[in-house]
Amino acid sequence: MSAMRLQITGLEVSFGQRKVVQLAELGLAEAEIVGLAGDSGSGKSMTTLAVLGLAHTVGATVRGSIRLGGTELTTLPARDWRNVRGRRIAAIFQSPAMAFSPVFRVGSVVHRALRLHGMTRAEAGDAAARAMRQVLLSPGLLHRYPSQLSGGQLQRVAIALALALRAEVLLADEPTSALDVTVQAEVLELLRELRDRDGMSVLFISHDLAVVAELCDRVAIMQDGRIVEQGPTSQVVTAPTSPYTAELLAAVPRLRAGGAP
Amino acid sequence: MTPLLEVADLAVRFGPVRAVDGVSLRVDRGPFGLGLVGESGSGKSTIGRAVLHLVGTAGGQIRFEGADVATLRGRALKAYRRAAQIVFQDPDNSLDPRMRIAASVAEPLVAHRLLARRAAAGRAAELLAEVGLDPGFAARYPHQLSGGQRQRAAIARALSVQPRLLVLDEPTSALDVKAQARILALIAQLRAGRKLSYLLITHNLGIVSELCEQTAVLYLGRIVESGPTSALLGAPAHPYTQALRSAVPEVHVAARTTRIILPGEPPDAASPPPGCVFHPRCPLAIDRCRAEVPALRSPGPGSPGRLVACHRAEEMLAGLNPAAQR
Repeated sequence: MSAMRLQITGLEVSFGQRKVVQLAELGLAEAEIVGLAGDSGSGKSMTTLAVLGLAHTVGATVRGSIRLGGTELTTLPARDWRNVRGRRIAAIFQSPAMAFSPVFRVGSVVHRALRLHGMTRAEAGDAAARAMRQVLLSPGLLHRYPSQLSGGQLQRVAIALALALRAEVLLADEPTSALDVTVQAEVLELLRELRDRDGMSVLFISHDLAVVAELCDRVAIMQDGRIVEQGPTSQVVTAPTSPYTAELLAAVPRLRAGGAP
Repeated sequence: MTPLLEVADLAVRFGPVRAVDGVSLRVDRGPFGLGLVGESGSGKSTIGRAVLHLVGTAGGQIRFEGADVATLRGRALKAYRRAAQIVFQDPDNSLDPRMRIAASVAEPLVAHRLLARRAAAGRAAELLAEVGLDPGFAARYPHQLSGGQRQRAAIARALSVQPRLLVLDEPTSALDVKAQARILALIAQLRAGRKLSYLLITHNLGIVSELCEQTAVLYLGRIVESGPTSALLGAPAHPYTQALRSAVPEVHVAARTTRIILPGEPPDAASPPPGCVFHPRCPLAIDRCRAEVPALRSPGPGSPGRLVACHRAEEMLAGLNPAAQR
């Protein structure tokens, strides 16, 4: 288990007496994409906040252990989070526009983040350009404003920032839910490529088991804050052991040729 | 019999942008579903709004039960506003945060002077029951409901004035899959129970396959392919439809088709490329596609009811696979 990049053990997130997350065990290895699936209110996003050390900002208390490599995150002092959040753990969210400011060129946001994490001006410029190419975008797009990029392009820039910082873990919270299907397919393809080529580890949070099935090596199904089932994705989606998983699977709209009403 | 809705050669412009360009559609009397499928910027929502007379048109005709919607005035226009209703992606667009759910649902009945306020409240309770909301929700405010429950309330509000046509604009895109499945089941149930006709706008091919007899696929404001949903999804005649279809995530490996990744982004609608507007991203583009705009036409007697705007449609139907081209 020591090989895990991210290891969550006995995590409890609660608001007062109410426990919203009781996560016994979840690990993420190098070059692995693990899905965390469940519907609204299942505790996926609270888990994300806990991993990012932000749960207290919404008034929640965190107990248990979240280890990033050799670092225990649950007891990490606030000043040390600066070197972890955004750098060792990068995050992308449903709305990529939220990661940028409408009044700054995307490149200036990327640049500033890289500088804050210790790069010199020249290093930041090089790293940003290299990362843009890694996500198959022209570095020239860095000169544009968020409104001049499509949702898919912005999500790629957000991923590029994670790459430039050499993040150990990418936390992806519903990163394709707001995108068109063809753009979603591109982003999923990109994440697969980054896993295979750069050994990126991704915790992929989604309510859509079809997307999870396409992308993730392993999946944990979450209901009411607990993991009700976990295993290799192909096994979980073909032979679910939990009725809740079966319900999530049944909810995915099917493409049925010849099956119109 | 005249169809419920007939759109002929519709054009909508926003300045230099041709948001909708020469679109013709037909919605039969209910129960009937027409799916409008396309990605951001394809013009599908604009078509929905034009049908409801919410955006001005730059050309073409919209006929509802035979009458040209653009010429409706006064009482006739008001009657049309009752007959055609819309459900938005975000239910918060149709529910006032300061009004209780029952009041929001009853409001159109009062506004259209169909019922007095007290009778409308009773009717609202029936409507909430019809969309599967517990009577207890009537006195609550929107923020006390989940997204799926709010969408049910928005549907109840749209149904209150007994519309014959519903425009469903991405009604489930903001919901998680389980809430989505329940709303889709509700639409199927209303369609049968009320003999509803609807124009269902979505980017999700799985949804049209469950709810629509006919589907039109849009790209950059134009229809690239239309026809019976099952035939269209079973054997796409346009490479864009094929690419969309291949991009739909599938749970089971066996159901997946080779993914076709389209290079680049859709072109600027203010200056569309010459020839076929899809050619810069099309894996099958040949010289003819770069020069000649393909007409929307039947791809042959073997495909009844289908129309496609592609020079290579016959080859597509004969088994040419765009995935093999790249």
